[in-house]
Amino acid sequence: MRRAKTPAAIGLLAALGLLLFLLPLAGLVIRAPWNQALGELADPTTTTALGLSIFCSLSSTGIALILGIPLAMILARTRGTLRNLLRALTTLPMVLPPVAGGVALELAFGRRGLVGSLLYQAFGIQIPFTTAAAVMAETFVAMPFLVIAVEAGLRSLDHRYEEAARSLGAGYWRVFTRVTLPLLRPAIFSGAVLCWARALGEFGATITFAGNFPGRTQTVPIAVYLALESKPEAAITLSLILLVVSVAILVGMRDRWLGAL
Amino acid sequence: MIKTAVTLAAIFLVAACGPTTPSSTGPARTTVTVFAAASLQPAFDRIGQKLQSTHNVVTTFSYAGTQTLTTQLTQGAPADVFASADVAHMTTIESGGLIRGQLALFAHNRLEIAVAKGNPKGIHTLADLARSGLVVVLADASVPAGKYAQQALAKAKVTVHPASLEQQVTGVLSKVALGEADAGIVYVSDIVTSGQVDGVAIPDAQNVIADYPIAVLKGTQNLTGATEFVDLVLSTEGQAILRAAGFEGV
Repeated sequence: MRRAKTPAAIGLLAALGLLLFLLPLAGLVIRAPWNQALGELADPTTTTALGLSIFCSLSSTGIALILGIPLAMILARTRGTLRNLLRALTTLPMVLPPVAGGVALELAFGRRGLVGSLLYQAFGIQIPFTTAAAVMAETFVAMPFLVIAVEAGLRSLDHRYEEAARSLGAGYWRVFTRVTLPLLRPAIFSGAVLCWARALGEFGATITFAGNFPGRTQTVPIAVYLALESKPEAAITLSLILLVVSVAILVGMRDRWLGAL
Repeated sequence: MIKTAVTLAAIFLVAACGPTTPSSTGPARTTVTVFAAASLQPAFDRIGQKLQSTHNVVTTFSYAGTQTLTTQLTQGAPADVFASADVAHMTTIESGGLIRGQLALFAHNRLEIAVAKGNPKGIHTLADLARSGLVVVLADASVPAGKYAQQALAKAKVTVHPASLEQQVTGVLSKVALGEADAGIVYVSDIVTSGQVDGVAIPDAQNVIADYPIAVLKGTQNLTGATEFVDLVLSTEGQAILRAAGFEGV
């Protein structure tokens, strides 16, 4: 069967769509102050923000793995209305504007928040303005990407392997660690990469819930936003770093990533 | 599009046969876009309403930190009027050749310490802000209010360790109002109009006076409306609104 010829209009629109992606990237690369880039990289503001961003995004990915995989397992086991409800709740942070997410976090974990007020009164702990707040904001926004990927992996899992292991006498945890998790590895991997990338780029919820202070809550996206007003070259350099990191992820993980999705 | 709006408005005015007293409920004659420092919002919202009821001009405001607005304007954001919270940023705009005519100072503002209602932490001076265990939030040094706060703290020879550096002075105010911060340095006008925080006065010797300049922008598409807005701000009426909002007139 021969495929129908694609109309020119579709090709044109596709090209326009591609340009919308490519032109800003080209602008970033062309306008980058290459001779200053190395200097900007050595700037303490840049290195501090980069270090903090790496720490926060990896921490939130770690937390997402610990909490997200069990959540995905529960999601994969439920059916019907409960499942729809749980799914909607889990994916809400993906569609909620991050700034609104930050406000919600503040109302829950702030000093006068639902849980935050108890923490503050009982232990004198205040979450906002701390690195922990930045990690929480990133986890809030990024964890759904992991949960969704792992849940999809669980649903397409061939459960006969687990049954076989159980019939041979393996206990629950042994089956989980020796059979289920290895089978899920591609899904967990792709979910974790997406989750990490989303956490790395997080801005709205972080600045709302955690505020902005160099070395404590000022991650790279926030530093980019601030630098744009005072030092545009630094903003371009930092954006370029984020771009390079993203491209590196895409190229490096291409096969496994696309294979799992 | 603006031409269309003007034409339509003219037709309406002729049809109404009452050009001397345009009704406030009638269609807008024109619109003016004003870029204004975040601290001006309460006062400028009221001045905008006034302009609509007296001149039938609708004002659209973009409120943000002065430094944000300055960046947007130098990158070509379309606006008719710019009102800055310091002279330095207005000078940047002026030396970029973006101002039409002269800038005019239209208000002054002072700094005050914002604390929770009832001042539960007993904050009475700038020096109290250095107390350990106190959560203090300031505006970033790139924001006029942050720059002024640094100057005041330097005058008082106080070193504070802020929990966060906000992008606009209203961010500082909301952190105190929400109870996340114990104190922050904001403008007197912010405290007067907020109603959710108490103010602790800073003595004159340590205080900094903020100067607010306003100017019509060269790229204006509505010179008449922009001039009318600036004139209203500088008029007795506009000055009264600014004073009621906690500013000092000129």
